Order: sequence, then structure tokens, then C-alpha cells
Amino acid sequence: MKPMPMTFAEKILARYGGEKETVPGQIVTVHPDHLLTHDNTAAIIQKIQPELEKHGVYSQTLPIIVIDHVVPAASEKTATNHQRIRQFVKKHHIKHFFDVGEGVCHQVVVEKGFALPGKLILGSDSHTCSYGAVGAFSSGIDRTEAAALLLTGETWLKVPQSIKIILDGLLPSGVYAKDVILHIIGDISSSGATYCSVEYHGEVNQFSIDDRFTIANMGVEMGAKNSVFFTDAITTTYLNSLGVKPSAYTPVSPDDEAHYMKTLTYDLSEVVPMVACPHTVDNVKPAAELENVDIQQCLIGTCTNGRLSDFEIAANILKGKKISPDVRLLILPASKTILQKALEKGFIKTIVDAGGIVLPPGCGPCLGAHQGILAPGERCLSTANRNFKGRMGSKEAEIYLASPATVAASALYGRITNPLEEIKQ
Amino acid sequence: MKVWKYGDDINTDMLFPGKYTYTCSTPEEIKPHLLEDLDPSFAANVKKGDVILAGKNFGCGSSREQPVVGLKAVGIKAVIAESFARIFYRAAINQGLLLIESPDAVKAYHEGDTVEINAEAGEIRIAGNVFSFPKLPKEILAIQEAGGLLNYTRLKLQKKKK
Repeated sequence: MKPMPMTFAEKILARYGGEKETVPGQIVTVHPDHLLTHDNTAAIIQKIQPELEKHGVYSQTLPIIVIDHVVPAASEKTATNHQRIRQFVKKHHIKHFFDVGEGVCHQVVVEKGFALPGKLILGSDSHTCSYGAVGAFSSGIDRTEAAALLLTGETWLKVPQSIKIILDGLLPSGVYAKDVILHIIGDISSSGATYCSVEYHGEVNQFSIDDRFTIANMGVEMGAKNSVFFTDAITTTYLNSLGVKPSAYTPVSPDDEAHYMKTLTYDLSEVVPMVACPHTVDNVKPAAELENVDIQQCLIGTCTNGRLSDFEIAANILKGKKISPDVRLLILPASKTILQKALEKGFIKTIVDAGGIVLPPGCGPCLGAHQGILAPGERCLSTANRNFKGRMGSKEAEIYLASPATVAASALYGRITNPLEEIKQ
Repeated sequence: MKVWKYGDDINTDMLFPGKYTYTCSTPEEIKPHLLEDLDPSFAANVKKGDVILAGKNFGCGSSREQPVVGLKAVGIKAVIAESFARIFYRAAINQGLLLIESPDAVKAYHEGDTVEINAEAGEIRIAGNVFSFPKLPKEILAIQEAGGLLNYTRLKLQKKKK
């Protein structure tokens, strides 16, 4: 008998749970293809020292470990953390290890070809949901669960309800994927997709992999378990460029008759440059309404918007100009590969000539770990994915989130600026 | 027993500042910084058996587990909220911290009301009113009953060896 119509999440969890079909609410036991951990690997293995001694790791190829959150080490404590991770990797012959400078973990997982259509990846980082950009089912877990996975290779997952988001119409020029996802989160709220799998349908072939990464990355900011774009020519072309053949993966698509908890449709031609205001990601307003808000720091980069196309957009806006003397513009490439390409293309030179400061590929300022901490009363306009109070330093500082275009335009004037005004000139 | 009441969208940065994520991992390191940016009186005054009551989307944000580890270590009996964020919910199961999703109970609470929890019976009693909450699925109960995920995993590994 044919299984009943299923959503993407229901199909993936049936496949990995060894079931013919699944329904929302059902619990399945799965063996994920990979487990991502980063600087927190030191704390994770600390929990299971005796077990590691006795049993070793479940698999040398299950873990992907990327040192990215505080790079290079900013203190003796973080340096010791990193040292412990390297010792663990060596002792247990962990195959997939990426040290300081390689990039932000989520970018590395995708650009090294680990995230593939139809795969299941879990990570001890909330933005693990990013790999839905290439059609994988990926989701965040905590350190304790990562420890258990290192030892046993398996865990439980609850089959989520699914939300279908249909993106119709064409994005206007000067409006980008970041504006789309901020628009959606502003509409749906930061808990609007709690526990759900979010599927993107409609005219998605206007979105590059970089765009899909931005959108999938922020799924957790509306509470989603995972976000996904389905495999199309854009996906396969990208994966080919990484040297990954179609025979290496089996894409999964939902059935037309699958049941969704809700279906939402957005007309992209109506989206405008958006800004998430302090201190929640769903507190969004059009950039045009915030033009009297002065800023002291700008950040273009992170796992959300630290890609080649993001730096191209920023470079086009900044070319031949200088940023406001009252602004620090920090540039945070999502990986070494992206930094190299951006250097080759001249984007980095253009941005540095304008006054930008290049930071090592990593997470640093986004979570207030180091590099770009804010003083009381300061405001930062950032392309990152989270603006919680105190996240980048002082509790009395404010973080606004926007697209690379909005941030670059704003850096020129020292206040939040609608990039459409700047691009017009 | 004190009831600590908070609003909606209490995020992981409010529960435990992000800047300490890679420098504080043990319960003793975590405890002094719990709810530092939300309620500076919490860390010094919380006692074993206290309860947290909150609105929707409690625990949203990062997957850092310091908030759950810390709340368990200071002896919070339960967090009762209108809803929980997903990763926080999993982390609580893994640490054996009791989370109860009960919008009715939260809405019924007024300052000064007594709050009694009977986890076995699946009941919360607030100022004489009783609110039921469902039992966890059996796979998840097994983790809780083992005393958290690491204990559960250790037992599983021991069984495998035999």
C-alpha cells in the first residue's frame, strides 16, 4: 500500500527512522549523517571523559568539528579550549576537523560538501538549520545531546508539523533575501513557527544558494525546527561546483497532497528594505522609517550574510566613497574560501579603501565573544541573525539587523539609511 | 517557595549572557550569572524548590545549555510557561529539568498565589485551581527516569558491552 502523502520533514524522518511513513508528534530514533560541533566541543567532551576512555567515539566520520566562535583565541581559557579540541581530534582520529581561520561552522559544512539534499545533520548550534538551503534536514541541539551522539551515533526526534511558505512575485532591485526573511519573521513573530518545519515554495528560482542560506539560517529566529529549499538546477549547479556529483545524494520533496499546519503566501514585489530593531528579531520596521537612528558600528558578514555576493553588494555601494568617520565598519567573511575570492575580485580592497576593517573568518562579534564589543549607548547595524539585549557587549547598547546593502549604505552616513536611496544616486 | 514570574520571549541571552558561553561551563561557574541581564536579584536569591512562571516562547535563541544546567543546579522545581522554544525544551529533557507547558495555569496566576506541582499526577494547583498537564512520550520519559540523557546513554553503552 502506498504511504500517505507526506511533507519533507515527515519523509526524511520516515527514511531515517526506518518507518514507511510518519505523522506529526511521532517520535523516531535516527542516526544523523553528521554531527556538527564547534568551540563548544571542549565542553562537550569534558562531560564524557570516562565514557570516551572506555568506549571511544561511535564513528570517526560522524563528527564535523570547526573552531570558529572565538578565533583566534582571545584568552588563555579559550586557547586552552582549542588545545583540548585538537588533542581530542588527534586521539580519536576525527576525520573532519577545521581549525582557526577556516570559517564559520555552517559555511564550512556547506562549502565542503557535507550538507546535501536529503541528508540529516544535527549540530550543537542553533543556526544548524542553515543547511536547508541545499535541501538537507538540519537542526540545532544542545551540548549534552551532542555528547550522547558522539558516543552512540543516535538520538530521538519528534516529527514536526510543517508550514508551507509560498514566495510569489519578483524581488525589486535593491531588496534582498535578508529583507525577505526579516519581513516574514516580522509577520509571523519569533515564535510563529515554533517546533515546525518550514518549507519554501513558489518562485524560489530567483534565489541563489547565498540567498537561500540567509533565509534558511534565520529559521530558528521564528522558532522553526528546520527550514528547507528543495533541490533544483541552482542546487545541483552549486553542488557540482563543489565537486559533488548527483549520484552522491537523493533529494526529498514533499507530496502535493501533504498536510500543512498552515500555508502562508508573500508577494515579494511588495518587500522593502527591512531592519530588525532592538531587542527582538521580530521587531521589524522598514529602513526608510529609521533614518534618524545614528549608529557607531556596522558589521557585514557572519553565517547569515558573509558570502561573496554579500561583499559584492557592499563593495558596489562603497566603491570610491568613504564611510562616516563616526562609524567602525567590521567585515566578517564566513569562510577563508570566501575571503580569498573576495580578495581576487577586489571587493575587499574596495571595502577597506572605504574604511572597512577585515576580521578573521569566524563568529566573534556576533555573539559578543570578542572583536567589536559595544559600549553603553552605542548602536550596531549588523547583517547577523540575532539582536538580543546585551548580545554584543553592553546591556545598554543596541543592535539592529539588516541586509548588507542597508548596512553598507548606512556606514556611509553614520545613520540607518534606506539603500534604495543610496543606489539611486 | 518563591515564584519568579517573567513575560514572553525570555531568550537565552537573558537567561545566561552569551559572552560567558566559552568561559563558563560547570554548574558552579554558571550559577552566579543566571538571569543576570533579566533579573539581577535572581542568582543571589533563588532557592531550591522555587518555580519559574513565564509567557510564550520561553528559552528562545541559542542552543547553549548553560541556562538549563544552571536552573537545574540551583534547584528550580519546574518552569511553567505558555510555550517553550524547541532547543530549550530538548535541553531540559536532557538535564532532567521539568518543563510544563500550560497557558491556562500561567494566565490564572496572580502575585502571591501558591503554586503546587504534582509531577506524578500531572497536576499544577494554583490558589485552589487545578491544571492538568500531559505525561511525556515514553521514549522521553525513559531519559527523564534515567536522570537525564548522559545517565541514559551510560546505561545503554553498558548494556551494549555485555
